[in-house]
Amino acid sequence: MAIDYKALKNGGFMRQVQKNRFSMRLKVVGGNLTAKQLSAIADIATRYGNGYVHLTSRQGVEIPFIKLDDTDAVKKELEDSDVLSGVCGPRVRTVTACQGEKICPSGCIDTYALAVEISERYFGRELPHKFKFGVTGCQNNCLKAEENDLGVKGGYIINYTRENCTLCGLCAKVCREDAITVTKETLTLDPEKCTNCGRCVKSCPTDAWTGESGYILSFGGTFGNLIAKGKQRLPIIKDKAMFFRVADAALDFFDKYGGPGERFRVVIEREGWDKFQSAVDKAYATVS
Amino acid sequence: MADYIVDATVDITDVVCPITFVKAKVALEELKIGAVLSIRLNDGEPVQNVPRGVKDEGHKVLRLIDNEDGTYNLIVRKENDE
Repeated sequence: MAIDYKALKNGGFMRQVQKNRFSMRLKVVGGNLTAKQLSAIADIATRYGNGYVHLTSRQGVEIPFIKLDDTDAVKKELEDSDVLSGVCGPRVRTVTACQGEKICPSGCIDTYALAVEISERYFGRELPHKFKFGVTGCQNNCLKAEENDLGVKGGYIINYTRENCTLCGLCAKVCREDAITVTKETLTLDPEKCTNCGRCVKSCPTDAWTGESGYILSFGGTFGNLIAKGKQRLPIIKDKAMFFRVADAALDFFDKYGGPGERFRVVIEREGWDKFQSAVDKAYATVS
Repeated sequence: MADYIVDATVDITDVVCPITFVKAKVALEELKIGAVLSIRLNDGEPVQNVPRGVKDEGHKVLRLIDNEDGTYNLIVRKENDE
């Protein structure tokens, strides 16, 4: 029987060096799996694999040593426990995320919720080459946003209310950019230096600093054969609808100008950053 | 801002993260609600993170005093017993 490797790859089956054995890639969103999913995965690895799983570099899980003949049964059993197959090949891959503001004291955005929405909208979408999204909650960048084709980093759009301020000086101390200067009488902010990290808001004892969550995007990151850091080309984005308009525009650009097997970064560089900029600027300017 | 009277002090300059926060938290636990604690902490990571941790626990940061010797005194009022 001829084996359709391409079809298998679509379904997340990675051919192994061992004949007729496949490493089965599972769908994971934002790095979270429920206990129920984990026990189903453990059960499958025990019965159909070699009793272990591999954790990928992008928060994925693979079960190695699945026999070709067992693939349908394995898929069915996993689906019954809400575990779906992952994807490989030229399409939108696993959406990664740190734990974000729901868990981490440093987080500025709900990374998991955003990862789920991104995944629902784009996961598996076919493109000229692989496309990776990663969502990190703050400037600490635990999730390494700029390694991704489209990276999202949480930030705060900050606001200062003089009446609430006691000039305690904590914000000036915690600001890593030296954007805030506090004297006995005044507080001044240099907006040029502000990176939207939100540390002033997080540390302020009197809520003189408040923050509104926003998304800082980076485009064209790749960390495989070619290593290039994603670039920030737009100001921080406040609303999710605008984020998705911009992401749509970025993916459409890739789809329109990318040749088969070309990474997003290569396409942007060939077509020119200015051309890419106009595409995302247009989406950024559109009012919903 | 209203003046305060320091009821207790703790020095956390002899420990590193995450023990800095734990030591401050233990010192707060020994106090009554409304009592004021002065926490002596180092510049750098402790002054960046301990005040935020204290705030997240629901206590009130009253003041940060620069001792100008590489340490700070963080003045905190205990707000709850949780």
